[in-house]
Amino acid sequence: MSPKSLVNIGDYDREDIFRILRSASKFKQNPNRDLLKGRVCATLFFEPSTRTRLSFETAVNRLRGRIIGFSDAATSSSTKGESLKDTIMMVSNYADLIIMRHHLEGSARYASEISPVPVINAGDGSNQHPTQTMLDLFTIYETQGTLENLTITIVGDLKYGRAVHSLIQGLSHFSPTFNFVAPEELHIPDKYKAFCDQKQIAYNEYTDFSPESINSADILYMTRVQKERFTDLMEYEKVKNVYVLHNEMLNDSKENLKVLHPLPRVKEISQDVDDNPKAYYFQQAKNGMYTRQAVICDLMGIEMR
Amino acid sequence: MRKELQVAALENGTAIDHIPTAAVFKVVALLQLQKLDNRITIGNNLKSSKMGTKGIIKVSDKFFREDEINRIALVAPNVNLNIIKNFEVIEKKEVVLPNEIIEIVKCNNPKCITNNEPMRTRFYVVDKEQVELQCHYCELKIRKEEIVLI
Repeated sequence: MSPKSLVNIGDYDREDIFRILRSASKFKQNPNRDLLKGRVCATLFFEPSTRTRLSFETAVNRLRGRIIGFSDAATSSSTKGESLKDTIMMVSNYADLIIMRHHLEGSARYASEISPVPVINAGDGSNQHPTQTMLDLFTIYETQGTLENLTITIVGDLKYGRAVHSLIQGLSHFSPTFNFVAPEELHIPDKYKAFCDQKQIAYNEYTDFSPESINSADILYMTRVQKERFTDLMEYEKVKNVYVLHNEMLNDSKENLKVLHPLPRVKEISQDVDDNPKAYYFQQAKNGMYTRQAVICDLMGIEMR
Repeated sequence: MRKELQVAALENGTAIDHIPTAAVFKVVALLQLQKLDNRITIGNNLKSSKMGTKGIIKVSDKFFREDEINRIALVAPNVNLNIIKNFEVIEKKEVVLPNEIIEIVKCNNPKCITNNEPMRTRFYVVDKEQVELQCHYCELKIRKEEIVLI
């Protein structure tokens, strides 16, 4: 029997999510604790991701754990043709926990099945990135005081956006209403609409970034519209400035609205939004560290004293 | 008039009848009949009143386990499976699409770990009626007409 791992946000039910959120808020009060003293965590980044790796490594460092690993597959044995299985088996000889990012989809699930120590998926291709979702949920909970019955407007690339798909899954336990705002080419895939229908989740679809979609929202979740996602570059040129948030667009928004973004941001949130108290994306990124501390301790069976 | 058997009668064993002609050799491979020492008769492009043409496979002294026989459900869901003892059909079975399909289907996602590591594929049957599968690893859903066997 393989140990408990976090591969997919669907691995966590409502209770699991609340347990992590409670724990994350304690870490936010005090992130420096001795909980991982004497433990070794491996960060295996077969695909580089500085932001995610730093967040995980800081989470471990502040708990006094030690870190081994690599930040790029070029410095690992996979360039010599070693299988993922062999790398995982070798690393699990040394570490008490494996945190991995890999470009192949399903790699983390496979690793979790063969590893004798817990595995945290830090992104497997375009498939899953569950700690991103946990930090999104934590931030929503922190800023709204609840996860229930919120209206979430999600803007940008809803077709390929991994964070968006997992957020829909993660929020599905809490009766949300979604506004999906995306260009025609990047609209939300049918399978997520079917998922919402199945869970009786209300949603609206828009191709224009209308005041209505902003003003009705409790959370405005912005994502990047990337040029390389378009088959028709004329289409990109037409829409590239449509899904951009400017400060004055928030004038009539709800008091409790917060603007989130999984980062990196390029142009989709204009810099004049940054000083608006409703902008919360940098705090959101910081919350990633506390949430990851909570997930790490939860999977390792470490209780907070 | 005496009805002539198109394939010799079986004393003891399993007869798989009404196999779609295009699926006969896939059934052979899925049941790994090439590895057996038993006497095996394979008929194909035989006349069938129900199907026009059909295939039939008779394997002497072999009684398949359910999980073995269910492997063929993807390619030949409507076969007749007869268990024969002393030239008599003592039991008729149906093949049932299992909830999970292991090692038979290839994932259509080139970026799926199963296409890049020496490992078994694993799919859930998410819709038994429409025959829709979902990869346990990369979560890709595959419709019936897209299914590729390994």
